[in-house]
Amino acid sequence: MSDASTTGPMRAADGTLLKVSLARALRRQKLRALMLIMPLLAFVLIGFVLPIGQMLMRSVENDIVQDTLPLTIEALQEWDSTSNESPPEAVFTALAIDLQAALESKSHTILGRRLNFEYSGITTLFRKAGRDVEDWNVETDGPFRVRFEEIDEEWIDPTMWRAILAYSGRYTAGYYLAAIDKTMVSGQIENRPKNESLHLMLFGRTAWVSILICFCTLLLGYPIAFLLSNLKARHSNLLLILVLLPFWTSLLVRTSAWKVLLQEQGVINDIMVGIGILADDNRFQMINNKLGVVIAMTHILLPFMILPLYSVMKTIPPTYVRAAKSLGATDWTAFWRVYFPQSIPGIGAGAILVFILSVGYYITPELVGGPTGSFISNRIAYQWSGAGNWGLVGALGAILLVAVLILYWVYDKIVGIDNVKLG
Amino acid sequence: MTLTKMIIGATSAIALAGAANAAAHMSGEMTIVSWGGAYSASQQAAYHDPYIANTGIAILNDESSGEAVAKLRAMNEAGNITWDLVDVIAADGMRLCDEGLAMEIDFDSMLAPGADGSTATEDFGETLVSVCYIPQIVFSTTFGYRTDMVPEGAAAPTGACDVFDMDTYPGRRSLEKRPIGNMEWALICDGVAIEDVYDMLETDEGLERAFAKLDTIKDMTIWWTAGAETPQLLADGEIFMGSTYNGRLFSVIAEQNQPIGMAWGNQMLDLDGWIVPTGLPDDRLARVMDYLYFATDTQRLADQAAYISYGPARASSAPLVGNHATLGIPMAPHMPTNPENMDGAFVTNYLWWADYRDEMDAKFQAWLAQ
Amino acid sequence: MALPSYASTGQKIWHYSYLTTCGLIFFFLIFPIMVIIPLAFNAQDFFTFTPEMLRLDPAGYSLKHFDDFFNNPDWYRPLQNSLKIAPVATIVSVSLGTLAAIGLSQSHVPYRRVIMAILISPMIVPLIISAAGMYFFYSSIGLQGTYWGVVLAHAILGIPFVIITVTATLVGFDKSLTRAAANMGAGPVRTFFKVQMPLILPGVISGGLFAFITSFDEVVVVIFVGSVGQKTLPWQMFTGLREQISPTILAAATVLVTISILLLITVELLRRRSERMRGMSQG
Repeated sequence: MSDASTTGPMRAADGTLLKVSLARALRRQKLRALMLIMPLLAFVLIGFVLPIGQMLMRSVENDIVQDTLPLTIEALQEWDSTSNESPPEAVFTALAIDLQAALESKSHTILGRRLNFEYSGITTLFRKAGRDVEDWNVETDGPFRVRFEEIDEEWIDPTMWRAILAYSGRYTAGYYLAAIDKTMVSGQIENRPKNESLHLMLFGRTAWVSILICFCTLLLGYPIAFLLSNLKARHSNLLLILVLLPFWTSLLVRTSAWKVLLQEQGVINDIMVGIGILADDNRFQMINNKLGVVIAMTHILLPFMILPLYSVMKTIPPTYVRAAKSLGATDWTAFWRVYFPQSIPGIGAGAILVFILSVGYYITPELVGGPTGSFISNRIAYQWSGAGNWGLVGALGAILLVAVLILYWVYDKIVGIDNVKLG
Repeated sequence: MTLTKMIIGATSAIALAGAANAAAHMSGEMTIVSWGGAYSASQQAAYHDPYIANTGIAILNDESSGEAVAKLRAMNEAGNITWDLVDVIAADGMRLCDEGLAMEIDFDSMLAPGADGSTATEDFGETLVSVCYIPQIVFSTTFGYRTDMVPEGAAAPTGACDVFDMDTYPGRRSLEKRPIGNMEWALICDGVAIEDVYDMLETDEGLERAFAKLDTIKDMTIWWTAGAETPQLLADGEIFMGSTYNGRLFSVIAEQNQPIGMAWGNQMLDLDGWIVPTGLPDDRLARVMDYLYFATDTQRLADQAAYISYGPARASSAPLVGNHATLGIPMAPHMPTNPENMDGAFVTNYLWWADYRDEMDAKFQAWLAQ
Repeated sequence: MALPSYASTGQKIWHYSYLTTCGLIFFFLIFPIMVIIPLAFNAQDFFTFTPEMLRLDPAGYSLKHFDDFFNNPDWYRPLQNSLKIAPVATIVSVSLGTLAAIGLSQSHVPYRRVIMAILISPMIVPLIISAAGMYFFYSSIGLQGTYWGVVLAHAILGIPFVIITVTATLVGFDKSLTRAAANMGAGPVRTFFKVQMPLILPGVISGGLFAFITSFDEVVVVIFVGSVGQKTLPWQMFTGLREQISPTILAAATVLVTISILLLITVELLRRRSERMRGMSQG
């Protein structure tokens, strides 16, 4: 037995201080837990978090300008950008030197492309200049200002040089500005021309179509969840299978089903023409527009609304509604004032989950949305596989990611990450 | 001990042999990128299958030529080139060449001479628009329509401008989800002469005019990204009239017997050919060069014309173009360069598109999404 | 949910119309998936019911799309790739994920919430961002366009599901069982395999099925991280849907629906078994 003295600190069986012994055991437990977690954590950090971090870094990196035109940018710092005169001869001499050096690796066209994202026409300028500068002798063929003017008048345009100066830093906010339809080609932040501004519009469209989808799934999912939670377990399990089958079916299968159904010559239009609701040459257009996206995504995300609602509704005791009825409440009052408030956490959980999933969607808007039903993810994909503007991909992605993380944080507050149930 | 010596001896012998062979060693596999559908099938039949029969290598087909420029830019950025040979249109070839993403080709030494004795340079002639670009075919983007959906009493459509005529020809259309072709047709059909089209597109007013014309049919248009879409949409009856590459229309009309007719007027002629990505390791590069020598010679280009109605780029291949490989019909009337089809035809300005493509893409996609 | 015998006419009407509405919503859930199955047997190359099919004329039906699906290399090679990638990705995510879930359910895990958030993040981050980021990173380490690159990417995407299901199972796990085993002389490893593993197996398998279906059905990441040599079935279907190529897509879809039904039945049976083992259901 341990020392039975009533004075002095408590000791463990082997004589060490109990506090120390407990602390040691606790540390061992923590270490064991961490060791079990470490392989996966390392895997996810290196294989996932790091790549995404790198991707997002591209949204601010802008080394290409100073790396391709080092002397020009240096000389450009001396120029007074607010005056309405074109840069001095020193800038053009530096430009000739830099361009000749860049021609070897053809990086002048890549730079031209990057700057073209901000100021239309620079690609052409650089490509044309590249073709001529190749034959120049930088020592003897000056002055270069007039020679560049001969290639194209825009070379002496101060607005163009102001644009180059604005985007010449090693790090730039330019991509984020582009992501919110602004630009700083004049040195100040101002709006982009209307025919180039669509990111804010797309963010808005993604958000409100997702809200609409949330609402539709709630409208359709609430009755089902109510039914499932009030049936006997045997029956509700059977009906739950009808909810889970779409959930387990491949997303592409569901989307192809809707594509088949919603086409002009598809099943739904054929049925409506067959019954006589529509004339054959006046078929309803339900695909390649927002309507198609809403219908298809409501179907796809409905299980994600039903399952959280169901798990919350299962925990609502039926006694409250019975008590309300026995006190004289009508069916509607009992439902609306007693049952419904108790189901609100489920509604919150389901709605946020559906919304988070919906704003990040790519596949379904791509296949059934057409140009007017596309989401921000589709735009990000276009910037990748069409424009090659990695910086903008990073910026748009960062904004989308931050929005989703905020929503997820709200979800965590309401439901808790630990309580995510998947049937 | 003797066993160890044997093993060491054997491995060093193999290593030496390997080193000696490294220079001559060619990769046993190629990834070739093209446009998919009937066109890829014709390349498979005319180029890949005979080459595979001769050499036994494996050829993987990728169908991303529509996004080739962006993907090659991404691969270059990432430092990892996974493609060996890429089929692109002329303007894209020029862009890639200018950005250092396509290899420069010495035509006379790397390509076979013409079967009529001419050098490669003479044989390809004016189709050599860039030092990195090896032309294969002359093709055109043109319109097809459903012959059985032409309204009562109206004449059948004859050309691109009929696609803007919603009064005579109601019904959906399909246009390419890229500005090439659409911008030119918008202006031409709005009354601009072909010679002035590209100058006008450089101005803001010209662009507005083009987009205004396209706006008249925008709601009724399905935008395609792959050449196979328009023929399928026509076959399904989803559209009345749509643009695509002429060879795809030939396939759906002649091979699948669908009720589709061709509206050749104002067809846009273009070149399609190969580029070799820069940065390939030696073994893959050796294999690509070997393949190119074979696949771009006179007979091969003529063979391809037996499967799909595109004109060979080599002058020496033209006399060898005969009948369709399986249907037996003569191919000559279906070629885009056949005089009967050349009404209002124009050649796309490769250089202009190489310079202005990125800009036009941005404006077009912005217009499309609104 | 039964209607009490004293219900008024108004209540009866409301009750039956409510049930009808629910029936319609269930129909909405199931009809799209079921309607493509007969369409896959279409003898013609259309995406819609031909008059012969509606008359149930045998000439309107044929197996040719299934024939195309199983014999055309454009389809069976992606199917093979999917079947080669998904199981391996599942094994990776299940093994690492189960281990981590056990670690996370120990008492006193430092920074538990942060670690959980990081491990669940692949499910939260929009796929297009993950795909773009992974493309550049995997290219820089030479894994882009390779089999293992795709497997690892899919494993990462499947991990949140494994973590969620296995931690949910472990929440109900009675710790006194491990203590009893230790009491009787079993070492921690033996305890794990003989006591913990059988009880959490339903959760592990459930997580594994989620991870499998995530990998089998995944298309955005594989388009970026893979190249044409790793083309999977969903990728082929996606291309086919965008380009409207042929009703073979519907044959592929039918095969996938069948697989889903089988997986669903498995999950359902597992769930019932685990409920039974915890004494939570009567059966």
